[in-house]
Amino acid sequence: MQIIQPHYHAIARTAQDYERMAMSGVVAVAEPAFWAGFDRLYPETFLDYFRQISEFEPTRAAEYGIKHYCWVAVNPKEAENPELSREVLKHMPEFYEKPTVLGVGEIGFHKTTKNEEEIFEAQVEQAIKYDQLILIHTPHLQDKVRGTKRTLEVLSHMNVNPERVWIDHVEEHTIREPLEAGYWVGFTLYPVTKCSPKRAVDMLEMYGHERILVNSSADWGPSDPFTLQQCVVQFRARGYSVQDAIEIFHNNPARFLGQNPKFDIKPIQLETIEDEISSNLV
Amino acid sequence: MMQTALQVLDREYLEARCSLLEIAAALDRIDRASDEEESNDFNDSRLDLLNQAIALLTEKSHLPNRSERMLLLFSDLD
Ligand SMILES: [Zn+2]
Repeated sequence: MQIIQPHYHAIARTAQDYERMAMSGVVAVAEPAFWAGFDRLYPETFLDYFRQISEFEPTRAAEYGIKHYCWVAVNPKEAENPELSREVLKHMPEFYEKPTVLGVGEIGFHKTTKNEEEIFEAQVEQAIKYDQLILIHTPHLQDKVRGTKRTLEVLSHMNVNPERVWIDHVEEHTIREPLEAGYWVGFTLYPVTKCSPKRAVDMLEMYGHERILVNSSADWGPSDPFTLQQCVVQFRARGYSVQDAIEIFHNNPARFLGQNPKFDIKPIQLETIEDEISSNLV
Repeated sequence: MMQTALQVLDREYLEARCSLLEIAAALDRIDRASDEEESNDFNDSRLDLLNQAIALLTEKSHLPNRSERMLLLFSDLD
């Protein structure tokens, strides 16, 4: 079955992951700009990182027949340094010109501080100005509710089109508000600390299939790209059809990301060739 | 003991939180499915066992051997 992995930190993973993803039906990945595990000191370090995800990773993925797209941003943790962030922001428009850059992300809150908020707003403004898609990270664990609420408050005062905004890492206690406000939401399947494949399928059953993305996020921490495929298996095991699975794990990311014309993978519909075969046999 | 209680809790907190959430989600799943069957009186002895096991977890914290007692609860002792 064809799958799109819409949130994936390839630079933290090996070529073997690309190979195994290709073997399990992954046709495209999208890589948001993320924290490196330490705070970067220079704007140039970010720019080289953006080059890595917009120039090098597509060639590495292509060796396995996987299309690689990316997002550029100052991530929430490093947005705590507004001076550095503003320097990086000045150069981000150069990257919007690149053939595989889809938008501004992941931005948003980590500790939901004033500095984070200032840079979050600046990046949303820039995304609107340059007509870019927006990908928003919501905080981990006990900070998630507060950060998600603040995210929605900030966005409500800005001129964003909610259909072009994806609020990621939602769970049972944070899914309702963003979904009702018209945003896309994402489930991040993570061992231990985020959503599990089973709980993701529960939420799909409760909230339907529209404007929902599922991803493994997979980065340099304890994570696993194959939690996404586990979720497909869990979904199918509950009796849903292959086409239902394609709607969620392929067509929904194709619909959201495809709002940027650079992402040219279209939704697919299974067809049966039974009739044709039998008529040829006659 | 090689580790302090704080060290053990640091190591175990997120795993335990995750296990509890999975149990909550599994019980919700059973509830939703039984609502759909319109048989709100859905009952199964295994569900009773799960509820007894959860009650065992909420007993006074100084009671030892929770895992042993829980396994005995799930055992056929006849
Ligand atoms: Zn991420």
